[in-house]
Amino acid sequence: MRGPVAVRPGLTLAPPTVRFARRTLADREGVLGTLMLLPALAYVILLVGVPFVLAILLSFSSATAGSLEFSWVGLRNFQVLLGDVQFHRAVWNTLRFMLISQLLVMVLATAAAHVLDAAFVGKRVVRSLLLLPWAAPVALASMAWVWIFDSTFSVVNWTAKKIGLLHGWWYWFGDPGLATAAIITVHVWRTFPFATVVVLAGMSAIPQEIREAALIDGAGFWRRLWGVQLPMLLPVVTVAVLFGLVFTATDFSVVWLLTRGGPYNSTHVLSTLAFQRGILGASLGQGAAVAIFLLPILLVVAVLMLRVARRAEVGV
Amino acid sequence: MGYVETRDLRKYFGEVRAVDGVDLSVEEGELLVLLGPSGCGKTTLMRMIAGLEVPTSGEIYIGGERVDEDVPPRARGIAMVFQSYALYPHKSAFENIAFPLEAMRLDRETIRDRVQRVARMFGIERLLDRKPRQLSGGERQRVALARAVVRDPKLFLLDEPLSNLDAKLRALARFELKQLQRQLGTTTIYVTHDQVEAMGLGDRIAVMDAGRIRQIGPPQAVYDDPADTFVATFLGSPPMNLIEHDERTIVGFRPEALLPRAAFDPQEEVITYLLRVREVENLGANRLVYGYLEEERRTDQPVIAAVPATVTLSIAEGEVYEFAVPKRALRFFDRTTGLRLERKDLAAPVRA
Repeated sequence: MRGPVAVRPGLTLAPPTVRFARRTLADREGVLGTLMLLPALAYVILLVGVPFVLAILLSFSSATAGSLEFSWVGLRNFQVLLGDVQFHRAVWNTLRFMLISQLLVMVLATAAAHVLDAAFVGKRVVRSLLLLPWAAPVALASMAWVWIFDSTFSVVNWTAKKIGLLHGWWYWFGDPGLATAAIITVHVWRTFPFATVVVLAGMSAIPQEIREAALIDGAGFWRRLWGVQLPMLLPVVTVAVLFGLVFTATDFSVVWLLTRGGPYNSTHVLSTLAFQRGILGASLGQGAAVAIFLLPILLVVAVLMLRVARRAEVGV
Repeated sequence: MGYVETRDLRKYFGEVRAVDGVDLSVEEGELLVLLGPSGCGKTTLMRMIAGLEVPTSGEIYIGGERVDEDVPPRARGIAMVFQSYALYPHKSAFENIAFPLEAMRLDRETIRDRVQRVARMFGIERLLDRKPRQLSGGERQRVALARAVVRDPKLFLLDEPLSNLDAKLRALARFELKQLQRQLGTTTIYVTHDQVEAMGLGDRIAVMDAGRIRQIGPPQAVYDDPADTFVATFLGSPPMNLIEHDERTIVGFRPEALLPRAAFDPQEEVITYLLRVREVENLGANRLVYGYLEEERRTDQPVIAAVPATVTLSIAEGEVYEFAVPKRALRFFDRTTGLRLERKDLAAPVRA
């Protein structure tokens, strides 16, 4: 389109003096968006969606690990579970481990964040060391803990004995109470660094002037903590806790590596019980039914999490 | 002894001397303004008085008692209003104002009465249920002031409390603040970089630069008789004109003192200058005339004249006019130290 162009008889447009760049693929957000979302979508569908649907289907069947036979049994798997003492125990354990460990994590993380917020020599080193438990592979870490709680060589027992706290002997994985304590300890140890970092980030988001205003307003340490800091930290602490809840509720490795659900099946959680029933016990249908039971619990947690996250975004 | 005293107070942050030897005395009941450019140390000085910053050396006394060593902020009988107001975002206006009283462990009844009382004083009774984010800038500022006033402090520390308000609101807030301070009679230290605020509010102004107090005195005295060239150019907008007088001396005069010769009474003792006009800026109430003095020894010396609207002579850009300054408006400074000189120190008389 060079030279004068006749638009209407008697009216001509001057030849264009500039040439603008044309729209390229990078400018077309619709196409680009779909393209970029595709890998993530495939990942979610193949690795989360399909197994999830499969698990729901299996829970209504009498499928076993040995055959591909699939027969519909309706709600029978669930009916059986409702009357099963071991299953009751697993539900109770899941709730108990998750709630107690996260309560401890919350207190410890808040305290640790306060310590790390203060200025001291070697703060950077301590901060990075703190993250180690969270970064360590869970299987490796659990093996270390197995040794720490070993029935013969337990370093905990040895220390307690040396300082005169222990007179008999603690069989960590031989006693339901001690096994529970051991599992909760490892859960706390694993999730506490992440929570600390989150709380620390929340604390540094509190404006310096507000902290100083509280100092000048005459508030002591506890009043500043409960009256100013914790309420302002609440959204971010809630996020950390909810993450921790999901983390511990879905965890399989810690319980399995530490106790295998023992002694006498007293420390099973839903995930380990599902594994035992479905894979080791070969009754896939029942295993799936056990696993599906986590769903309502996690659903509530997830909904809460999203609501809190949104509220934190808007600002309390 | 004043209500607040500092003796050779210093605060160094590494190499930086934020406050470098300040001796300050604030009289009981007065409103003292710490004025200076950003980074001059005024905020650090106030924060040391508040106890938020530990001095490197020197002494601080409040009400005759030495506080710098072991008296925490909460025990100094102070209230502070921050530039950002620092309201607690999760508390309602009522809870914000009540917070210092709760820290005093007063009972609920007393707290409610006292919060209501200051809320009435600031006209914010209707806002008490709201959270800070539901308040406008001016309303937040009132809540912050109410929180400061509510426990009858002996000393107010205000850190640029008006700088987040828009210009119109700021003038009103300045007036109200002054009224409030008069009414309560509470000793007040007010930090600002805004010289208009300082002039309008202060019983006295302390002008700071590079960690030191350059001059302290009533606003008019500081304005009329600046102690050095820094104060002369920092206070006043546009600043004082400074031109070289001779090898040793700088002569200074305010823009409003430099007027067309015809605007003066013929009897008035003046010195005259030829002024080449570069630009005229009409601000309504006055015209700012930017130009150069046309004289052999003072070429390239920019000056500003503030000609009030009542002087209607036409002034055109690029032209040369005869301007004059009354002799009584001239101030002299040492060229090397910048310090103010008395007229009798001058070697040569000013050419008339």
